[in-house]
Amino acid sequence: MYNAKAVIVGAVIFAALFSSPFWLNVGKADYKRPDVVLPKNEKECVEPVEYMRAEHMALLNQWRDQALRNEKRVYVSSTGKEWTISLQNTCLKCHNDYANFCEKCHIANSVYPYCWTCHITPEGKK
Amino acid sequence: MIAALAMVALIGCIAWAGAAGGLAFLFSVVLPYVAVIIFVVGVIRRMVYWAKSPVPFRIPTTGGQEASLDFIKQEKWDCPCTTGQTVVRMLLEVLTFRSLFRNTHAEVLLNDPVNKGPRVVYYSSKWLWVFALLFHYCFLVVIIRHFRFFLDPVPACITWIETFDGLMQVGVPRFYVSGGLLLVALLFLLTRRLVNERVRYISLLNDYFPLLLLIGIVATGLCMRYFDKADIASVKVFIMGLVHLSPVSTAGLPSLFVVHLTFVCVLLLYFPFSKLMHMPGIFFSPTRNVPNDTRRVRHVNPWNPPKQFFTYAEYEDEYREFMAEAGLPLEKQPEKAAE
Repeated sequence: MYNAKAVIVGAVIFAALFSSPFWLNVGKADYKRPDVVLPKNEKECVEPVEYMRAEHMALLNQWRDQALRNEKRVYVSSTGKEWTISLQNTCLKCHNDYANFCEKCHIANSVYPYCWTCHITPEGKK
Repeated sequence: MIAALAMVALIGCIAWAGAAGGLAFLFSVVLPYVAVIIFVVGVIRRMVYWAKSPVPFRIPTTGGQEASLDFIKQEKWDCPCTTGQTVVRMLLEVLTFRSLFRNTHAEVLLNDPVNKGPRVVYYSSKWLWVFALLFHYCFLVVIIRHFRFFLDPVPACITWIETFDGLMQVGVPRFYVSGGLLLVALLFLLTRRLVNERVRYISLLNDYFPLLLLIGIVATGLCMRYFDKADIASVKVFIMGLVHLSPVSTAGLPSLFVVHLTFVCVLLLYFPFSKLMHMPGIFFSPTRNVPNDTRRVRHVNPWNPPKQFFTYAEYEDEYREFMAEAGLPLEKQPEKAAE
């Protein structure tokens, strides 16, 4: 093999970079889904949980547009139930603990939405 | 083109059907591990194979004035003569695609006023360079951004990249410029192959397949982020299971995720055996990675057999008597040589 030193250094760098997801996690405890604290007094969200997990950000935008731009304040969910379109009075009424609900999942998945540059952060009951 | 399209579509369909038909374990656990191992081993094997090929002579393709007399200015980066200059040349090649920047486009002008007839004209053509650069850097950023699924806690540097990538704050989830530009660049590279008749003539299945496969990867990825959204918390649970070597099931993840993952695995499997090996290959290119010093250093082919020299002194030693008899001039007379 010619230029063995350079080739071996290159191969090691390549293998180390590519396998970094594996060895960077060696010795760490198995990853678990962040355990968000669900609201205690309410069992049902506006849509089923699978939908909310994937689409809540789109729904929030949809609600913003309907309430503020179309002045439509009633949302009919996929189950047929009617909800008042309001962040403060519907969403945050139950999900009133930012640190134990929103933030847990967001930080674990490196999501930093800019909701709270305008809206008041719900800090739970003290 | 059609065959490549069919192959990518078939891979997608198989993955989709497999995910729906209970083969999710095969596609989401076995395939990724096999793909990663084949990718790493295959790339290193090919690197060793290349490293075993001798390059006895300097064969750089130069693009400028060679180092010469003091008053002639040398093009240091296009015609390097030292190792340092060659390193700069390689860095410019790898990071900015310098040789592609010189790309030209040839065209025949039928009624050229200079020639009073047809004439071949070469224009500088930067589009390929622009989109190739765009594609490679966007792909790099997208790959780095995916590390948020591989690491916990997510390092700050990845968050910074995401912040800059989504600086325009368009929509939720925030639109990442790199993802959009990646698709645009890939579509340009594909369109170029189809529209430019000369490029289409020399394009083969192994040109179309990686392009379409990458378009498949990007399209499924964008779709899962912006349209038919996947729950990224579940995605992270699944991916962290893979990298912790304790895989979990794909339950709760959309079939599109399995398709995306399978496309990526196929890319990794295909990589070591394809033209995509230009990634390590650029470092092994003797037309780029050697200094142009054929005139200042003597390069001897290392496997030439040892030369049988017969010097004049030896010749005279051999035939001295006969030469003396014939009266030829000698450097040493026979009586002196005998002493």
